[in-house]
Formats: sequence, structure tokens, C-alpha cells
Amino acid sequence: MTDQYLVTLTVNGEDHELLVTARRTLVDALRHDLHLTGTHVGCEHGVCGACTILVDGAPARACLMFAVQAEGRDLRTVESLGSPDSPNDLQRAFSEHHALQCGFCTPGFLMLAEGFLASRPRATKAEIREAVSANLCRCTGYQTIVEAVDDCASRRRCAPDTTEGEATPEPGQNDTPRPA
Amino acid sequence: MSTTVPHNPEPRFDVDGTWVGASVPRREDPRLVTGRGRFVDDITLPRMAHAQFVRSTVASGAVEEIDLTGTRDTPGVIAAFTAADLGLGDITAVLERPPSEFVPTDMPVLARDRVRFVGEPLAIVIAEDPYTAEDGVEAARVSYRSEQAVVSDEQALAEDAPLVHDNAPNNTLLDVSMFATDGIDDVFADADCVVRVDARSSRQNALPLETRGVVASWDDREEQLVVQTCTQVPHQVRTVLARSLRRDERAVRVVVPDMGGGFGQKCVVGREEIAAAAAALRLQRPVKWIEDRKDALSAAFLAREQHYDARAAFDADGRILALDVDIVCDMGAYSCYPFSAGIEPLMASSEMPGVYRVPAYRVRGRAVTTNKAPSAPYRGVSRPQHVMVMERLFERASRELGMDPVEIRRRNVITTFPYTGVNGVTYDPGTYLESLDLCEQLVRDEGWYDRKRELAREGRVLGVGYCCFNERTGYATEAFAKRKMTAVPGFDISEVRMDTTGAVVVTSGTLSHGQSHETTLAQIVATRLGLDPARVKLHQGDTDRVTYGWGTFASRSATIGGSAVSLAADRLVEKLLHIGAHMLETRPDNVELHDGGVRQRDDHGQTLSYAAIADTAYLRAERLPKDTDPGLTATASFDPPGDGTFANATHAVVAELHPGTGRVEILRYLCVEDCGIVINPQVVEGQCRGGIAQGIAGALYERISYDEQGEPSCASFIDYKVPTAGEIPDVEIHHLETPSDLTENGAKGVGEGGTIGAPAAVLNAVNDALRPTGIELDTTPIAPETVQRALEESS
Repeated sequence: MTDQYLVTLTVNGEDHELLVTARRTLVDALRHDLHLTGTHVGCEHGVCGACTILVDGAPARACLMFAVQAEGRDLRTVESLGSPDSPNDLQRAFSEHHALQCGFCTPGFLMLAEGFLASRPRATKAEIREAVSANLCRCTGYQTIVEAVDDCASRRRCAPDTTEGEATPEPGQNDTPRPA
Repeated sequence: MSTTVPHNPEPRFDVDGTWVGASVPRREDPRLVTGRGRFVDDITLPRMAHAQFVRSTVASGAVEEIDLTGTRDTPGVIAAFTAADLGLGDITAVLERPPSEFVPTDMPVLARDRVRFVGEPLAIVIAEDPYTAEDGVEAARVSYRSEQAVVSDEQALAEDAPLVHDNAPNNTLLDVSMFATDGIDDVFADADCVVRVDARSSRQNALPLETRGVVASWDDREEQLVVQTCTQVPHQVRTVLARSLRRDERAVRVVVPDMGGGFGQKCVVGREEIAAAAAALRLQRPVKWIEDRKDALSAAFLAREQHYDARAAFDADGRILALDVDIVCDMGAYSCYPFSAGIEPLMASSEMPGVYRVPAYRVRGRAVTTNKAPSAPYRGVSRPQHVMVMERLFERASRELGMDPVEIRRRNVITTFPYTGVNGVTYDPGTYLESLDLCEQLVRDEGWYDRKRELAREGRVLGVGYCCFNERTGYATEAFAKRKMTAVPGFDISEVRMDTTGAVVVTSGTLSHGQSHETTLAQIVATRLGLDPARVKLHQGDTDRVTYGWGTFASRSATIGGSAVSLAADRLVEKLLHIGAHMLETRPDNVELHDGGVRQRDDHGQTLSYAAIADTAYLRAERLPKDTDPGLTATASFDPPGDGTFANATHAVVAELHPGTGRVEILRYLCVEDCGIVINPQVVEGQCRGGIAQGIAGALYERISYDEQGEPSCASFIDYKVPTAGEIPDVEIHHLETPSDLTENGAKGVGEGGTIGAPAAVLNAVNDALRPTGIELDTTPIAPETVQRALEESS
């Protein structure tokens, strides 16, 4: 139980060597060994999805994997998206649509949506809703999450020659509302 | 109004617009969408140890022995403490009522000689990491002399029932009979129509997605215990910590990091918060406790298990004549602090008449104690239930009288204000009738009644349901004092401080945990000062930074917290104008605010920026007027007058029942709401939608049940069915705006309304769909098998 294993985790393009016990979950290794606390833990049963990250590009529950199972995999967490000064298009869409309130589930939904849209860029709104139903949110009632993902997807589709929405136009982003 | 601040409603600045009413982007979002929020489990301190709890596996019994030998021998375990080891004071909520009405119960931080529910904490185990803490918990051996558990309200009230608390006869913690209008029995005897509803709602978990958690540490320099905890009520946690640990309150600091929801579950003081803090003091090491989901589902504070036996009398025209209700709330094993086990029955008893003109009223409200996890307030507190019962009574009466269900409501809603009800409560103006009319019109215009008829020919089963309700939001000290609480919430205190650059910090005793206060309270202050909201920063959730306050619950933040920040900002404005006039060498009434500064009214060329005034106030105090203190700070408190303000709404649901599966599908959800002045429309709509989702969850999905031994049914999200995007429909929201005269900003509060309206609207829609079957359902959640059986029996 307490034997330690040396593993190399590739997270957001960087290699990290760390010593973990066999039972250490991937999410705990990310959060408490690598201090990437953007990935959250909501249930440890693989149901709520707050711990969703991308493993080799596909959404996965980081609470259901052990850190030792993640060696050699390409791991991406919410920290790989934009920064507060420069959020990516999906993060901006979440903010614009008020797709978060307390924000605890948000990193999980963002990574779920990133993984889903990468594989299904032409998903319909109904398909997005179906995908979003993988995770739990207790604040929003989901409508605005679905709308944010759908809006981001359509903007990415409109952006020529981009896959990640890098060049996506962001109308309204810098338009601070003026007093009415 | 208890505040002494004179409020000048006339604008003293010439900004023609206002930040209030704009969907200003949320200040919280940049950190939260990038994973840079700081929630309690994100905090790491040097030498931090980790706590878990040994919890009772039996619902009722005497504790014979707690053997922690194996725990203490577990590698990585640092220490393990029982109640006897820590000697902490109990958590006790008291109402100033005679023993016949209220029995206080002491909730020990760790159970001592007996346990009262499965999951009750018995010992705290501290280890080097969370995994070994769990190993330590597993190695504990507890022996009990198990006793018969009390697992339902009927069982609790039965004559030969075992007692959960020896000092609470009949397992009754609260028993109040109120109002009892003279001659009410004659009214029932003579009425044209008397209807009865026997309704039950199930035990629910408020279910913040972030479970509860604490990081407690000792600060040598400040000589202070620092408790970082996710609570909605930091000052109340500090009070209980100080009392339980027998320390000065000064020596305890409660700090709230980012918080992943609360919904009421975190607005009471948790035993684990105290135990973790005591362990940190004992070990002189920081201690972190993060609740796991299993404990959160079964042992955190729960809510909503209520039983109503309600009768209403109507005349032949559908006018309600009398209401007679017996309410029993199953509050579980203990009273919660500061509200007590009276929270649910007292809310329901006081507010039951709702939006209707009820001439005669009698109510008996009881809180019974059972061997289940204790209850705390949960978003809406009783109102989702008693509104559901009222709405069911009206629906049933409409059937008996052959009236349209909207028309019968129309004939009974309060239309002239202020209105003082039979419950002694005075209602400020609202749009009860207007919201009902508009909501019905929207349903009609969308053709749902026609579609329902058309689809019925294809064998499809649709129903339309409404709910018209109000919600008291600005609960004042006076209102809570009427409940005889001895820790009486109500007021809020705010401080506004401008620095030498003209930027502003505002403190509030409210506590945002998803409600967007960093954005909305900044909008209010920015409007008062004529500043960009980006220059106003909110401080909350730190008992050393914030003077005092009652936190966030009962939709009180925009109304009470928002009013306190308004008044404090107004006071600062007075000081800015005063110093500005002096600096401009003109009369005080010849200056006004303009564009982040002060200018002369009769000569707009004479202006001073706030930074220039602040420079004088702090750095060149010799230039201040003689009667003026240096610095730019202002403090104000606010406590709503009288009975506070009431928000209102009407919801409409179109539901389809699927005969094969019994599934209830919501095809359309409409909400017409009036929360007074809207500070931020996007935030208001978010609160409505999120609240409605939780109301639907209660109506259709969520239930924590217990077996005969008192074992809860829910250990994971597999058993507790939290609705997803697949179940929660889109909600179309329409706004009516009746400014409140009772708050400084006209706001009425919106946090809980959605949750209150949804259960009744959903239940009424289901019952409308079931109408051809003759079956009516009055219990939530509505199980698919119940719907399926109802449809099968009739076909």
C-alpha cells in the first residue's frame, strides 16, 4: 500500500517526475503533487465529472484513474486553456453566456466540451446537450452551458482554417457595457 | 429603518445612467474559467495534516466503546481524538419559547455516550495524508448497544416510540399552534366546498458540488486560530468556534475561500469544522478536512422531509374562505445552529397563505426528531413544499367547482397593497395577478392547450401546470426575532473605503458562493459613486476584514447586503462632496459628483478627481476642513423595515407523460418573475434557472430514504439521482419589475424563487396530464413507476 513508484506524467506538454503510491488517484497527483488545482473533485465515483481532463485528447475522469496508469499518456487540464488575461474562446463563451456560477464544476465542463468539440466539431445543439449531460452542475440548470458550448462550436466552424478557434472572431469581448 | 444614515434619494451626481440594470461581465469568471479559483481543498499549508472521521454505523444506540488502538497504530496516522479527548462545548440552538413549544437539543461536536444517526461523527483521525487518514478510520473499532431507530414522522409521534432525545417527549422539538382565526370551524362547516390535500415531500440534499471542507491552523504572530472553511455564515461559525473552544472571539479568524455552492447546507455550523479546528490546536499543525461524497450524501445536513395535512374551504365562486393545516417536519437527529429545528415548520406556518387573500387561518407546525442526519435550511426553506400544498388545494378546488385552475387563482390573489394577511404579515406591492395573467397568456399564445388536445388524439399525454407564489426575501431582525431565535439574523454592515488612487474597497457581511456578489455589489457601489465597477473591489468572507454580518441565505444579499453597501457608499459620497467643496472653495450645496470626481455646479470647469480628493484626505490632511476626519471611509448598516420585501413569480410547465416508462418530460418551462429592480439581468436569470433546476430535482428525482434500521439509501450519485442536462429543460424568463420601497436599491431578491415555484408547477402539470385517469399525486418526488401505474390502471 505504501510502496512508492516513480512515474513520469506528461501534463499540458510538460513532463513531471513524481513518486506516488499505487493507490494515488490521477486527480490527487495533479492537484496535490503537481499543484494543478484547477481540476476539481466532486464525488470520487466517476459520476459528477468535476475532475474531467483530456487523456490523449479524450475526456476522462481523473478520479477513476490511478496516477501510475497515466504514464505515457498525454494529459491536458484546464490550465492548458487560456489565462485570466487571455482566456480561450470556449472559456470566453462560458463567461459570456453565464455558464458558471460557483465555478466548481466549470473546469470539468470545459475539458469535456474541448474533448467533445475536437472530435465532433459539427455537433448539433441536441448532441451537445447529450454530451454535456455527462457532468453535473448544481447552479446553472445547464441551459447556459449548452448555449456556451454551442456558440463556441459555431464560431469555430465560422472561423476559416482553424481547428482550435485560435482566429475565431470574438465580437463583444472587449465591449464593456456602458451605463444604460 | 434601523439605520441612522439619512438617505437622499435624489441623485447627487449627474451621471445620466447607471451600472445597475446592466449585464456587467462577472468579476469572478476570469479566475474560475481558468482553474485559478481557490477552493478550500486547493489550500496547502506547510506541515498540513489530514482529517477524516470515524462515523456511526448504527442509527440509534449507546456507545459502549470506541477503540482507536488500531487507528493509532496505523502507519501515517498522527493522532485520533474522541469527544472525551477534546472536551469541546456542544452546538446548541435555542428558541425563546416555553418548553411546551420548543425543546433545545445539544449537538456534541463528536458523539459521546450515544449515537443518533448513521454517519454521526464519533472520532477524528489525523494523518499525514488523506489516504492514511481513511486507513485509520477503517482500523477503528466501535461497539454499540443498538436500539430501535426512529425513521419516520409517524413512528416518531407514536405513543410507544423510543425517544431520540430523552428531554424531548413525543420526539417533538417544536410544536406551535398559530393564528387560529375565531370561528374557523364554522367557516369550514358552512362552506360550499372543502378540499383536502395530504402531501409529502422527501428528504433531499442541497448538494453543493463542492462538499464541505476546512483548513484550520494556528497563527503564532496573530495569536489566532485561522479556520478557512466553506461556510455561508463565517461570523456565526466564529462565534460557535470561540464558544466551543472557550476562547476569545478575537482569537478566532474565519476565512472563506472560493466556494462551490452551498444552497443552505453550508449556512449552519458544522461539527466537523469545530473538530478539525480543535485538532489543529491540539497538534499545533494545520489540519485539513475534506468531506467525501459518501459522507456528504448521508451525513451532511439534509432538508425538506415534510408532511402536510391541509384543508381549505371555498365558496361557490371559488373564493377561499379558510385554511387549516397541520405540518410535521422530520428534522432528523439535532437542531442546527443558529436556526434550530424550528426553521422549517416556523417558515411554513408563517408564510403558508402566500399570494392569496385567506380570511381565516389555523396552523399547527411541528418539528419531530428522528434517527436521520439533521436538517438545515435548503434553498427556499419549506416554501417549495407549502407553496406546492397551496397550489394543490386551489387545483383541487377548481376541479370540485368546475372552474378553470387559473381563474380560481385569479379570483384569490392579493391585488391591493400593502396588504396585511391573516398571518399578520404585511406584503409590499407585487405583481401577483400580472405575473399570472402574463404567464397564462404566454402558454395560450404558444398554443399549448390546442396541442395538448391534438396530441391526445394520438394517444400522447400532456398536461399544463401553474404555480403562483411569493417569497419574503428581506428578512429583518424583527422578522427573525418573531420566531424567538436567540441568535437573530437580519442586519448587514458595510464599509466603503477609497484609497489615494481613488479605487474603492467595499466590505459586506454577505457571502457569495456562486451568486456573483463581486460583480453585483460592485455595480451598486460604482453607480452610487459614479465609478467604473472595475475600480470597486468587494471583500467578503473574512471575519478580520468584515466587521460583522449574517452571511448569505434567504435571498438576503441583494436586498440587505445591497442596501448596506448603498448606504455606506452614500456616506462616502457626502464626505467626498464635503471635502471637494472645501477644496474648490465653494458652498457644499454647489458641488456634485461627475465622472469619477467632484465638480462645481455653477462652473463645470472646476473639477477635482477622486484621486485629488483622496490625496488631500490621506496625504495632505492639513488642507482638510477643520471638522473633517482624515481618510475616506464610511460605514453603514441596514436592516429592512417591518416585514421586509416580497418577490413573486408565476411559473408554467407543460409536461408529457410517457406511458411505457412513466417518465415525466418537461416540454416547456416559462417563468414570469418580479424581483424588483434588476441589478444584473444575466445574474438574475442565472439564479432563476438554477433555482428551477433544483425545484425540478425535488419534484421528480431526488430522495434520500432510510430503511427500518435507519440506514440511508444513498452512498453515491448512483443512488441519489441528480438531474443532468438531459432532464432539465430550457427556461424562458420574463421580467416584471416592481421596485421595492423597503430596500435602498429597489431590489427584492431572487436567489430562492426558482426553487420555490418549480415543484408545484411540475406537480400540477403531471396532475393535469393524469386528469383523465382520475388519479391525483401529492407526493414528491413523483416516481416514474407511480406515473406508469397511473397511466396503466386507467387504460
